[in-house]
Order: sequence, then C-alpha cells, then structure tokens
Amino acid sequence: MAPEIATVELTFSPLPVHVRTARLVATAVARRGGVEETLLDEVRLAVGEACSRAVEAHQQQCPAEPVRVALRDGADRFQVVVSDRVPNDDPAGTARGELAELAELNGDLNLGFAVIAGLADDVDISSTPSGVEITMSWPAKKD
Amino acid sequence: MDLKVNDYTTDDDLTVINVEGEIDVYTAPKLREKLIDLVNKGKYHLLVDMEKVEFLDSTGLGVLVGGLKRVRAHDGSLELVCTQERILKIFRITGLTKVFGIFDSVDDAREHRKKQK
Repeated sequence: MAPEIATVELTFSPLPVHVRTARLVATAVARRGGVEETLLDEVRLAVGEACSRAVEAHQQQCPAEPVRVALRDGADRFQVVVSDRVPNDDPAGTARGELAELAELNGDLNLGFAVIAGLADDVDISSTPSGVEITMSWPAKKD
Repeated sequence: MDLKVNDYTTDDDLTVINVEGEIDVYTAPKLREKLIDLVNKGKYHLLVDMEKVEFLDSTGLGVLVGGLKRVRAHDGSLELVCTQERILKIFRITGLTKVFGIFDSVDDAREHRKKQK
C-alpha cells in the first residue's frame, strides 16, 4: 500500500505581512509531520524566503493573484511547494522598473536564493509558462 | 511580533542600534528607515545589536548591506553584535561574515574600535 500523503494548502494575497503567517503554518505542519526540532528553523526561513520572492513577483506582475503554498507530509520527507503565477519569470532575476521596492530592500543581491539553497535539504526551482515553482524538502521521521 | 528599533550614541561617537523582534520582508523597511535616518543625521559609525532578534531573512540582510554601503560612502562603519547561532548561520550561508565585523557584545565592539584608532 502506498504511503499516505497529507497535504495542507495555503493561499494568500501577495502582501509582505502574510509571509509571516505562511512561515508559522509551514513550521507547525513540519513539526506535526515529524521534521526534527533542529531543522524547523531551516524550514521556517526557507519557506519565508520562497514566499517573499513570490510576493515580490506578484506585486510587480499580478497583485490580484494569490501565492500558493502546498505542505506535503509524506512517508519520509516533508515537502513544501511555493508557486507563483508570474509566467516565464526569471526566478533569480532582479526587479524591474518602479515596482522594485522589495528588491531594493534586498539590495539586488538575490540573497534569498542563497539562503534557500543553503537551508533546504533538497531544492528544485522550475520556471514554467504558468509561473515559478520552488520545491523544497526535508527528512521527516514517523513514530 | 513587531520590530522594535532604538538607538543611542556612546561617548566615543558610536551609534548603537538595538533591534528586537523579527526582521523580515514586512518589518525590514522600519530598520532601513532607521539606518537612512541616522546616516542623514551624520551618524556614520553604527553598531547593530542583534541579540534580541528572533528571526532574520534575506530582506533583513539586504537592509544591513544597504546600510553598510551608505556609511562607507562617508568613511563610516556598520558592525554587528550577534551570538545567536541561528542568526549567524544566515550570515555564513551568504558569505556576509566576511563583510561585517561581528562581535559578541557592545563592549567587545567598542574595545575593538578603540584599538583601531
């Protein structure tokens, strides 16, 4: 029998204030899913980084569209997928034009991706015609 | 938790900025405004005390780097006080430990500054 995968999905308006909510939910689901306490800080930070990037992209391109986060509690991995709806966006690109306030805060350094890559156990970033998807996962232990 | 940012200037002309709370994409503008305000007031030697920071993301790092650029334009300095491993880890991952002076306490930073003079 295939292992049961429980998924919690979260959608939120692309506002910086909601990134904190996404972090809190991700951390709670990760804890419940068996991710070790020592890794929860990494989950919290990496999910926050991915959501911040998506919020920035949406504010520039499609502020009415929500950011989506899927938290998947699998047999031996806890997986997070953060999806935006900005088609063919360069995920590592710098902000354009006058709507670059968030990127300006980041100093055009793209530190967010460095942090995600340094924290997540496994990372995949894909840019598709419908948007960018950042998939991250960490080991989880089941009792 | 909201971000609290307070500052005071020591008798050796070092401005210490006490930061408390979470520095993220939502709260980072408050820290950015404080750093810009201090530089505009002619405070070019800044020490950001991060001992009460509970969370720091790349937006917060970007603000600190931006502050460093601003003070360096005036031959100033921006250094940090931080002993929290989970915050230091973010500086290490991004290579910023080589960019910022990071001290264990405000006193350590002031002592180091005296030796540099």
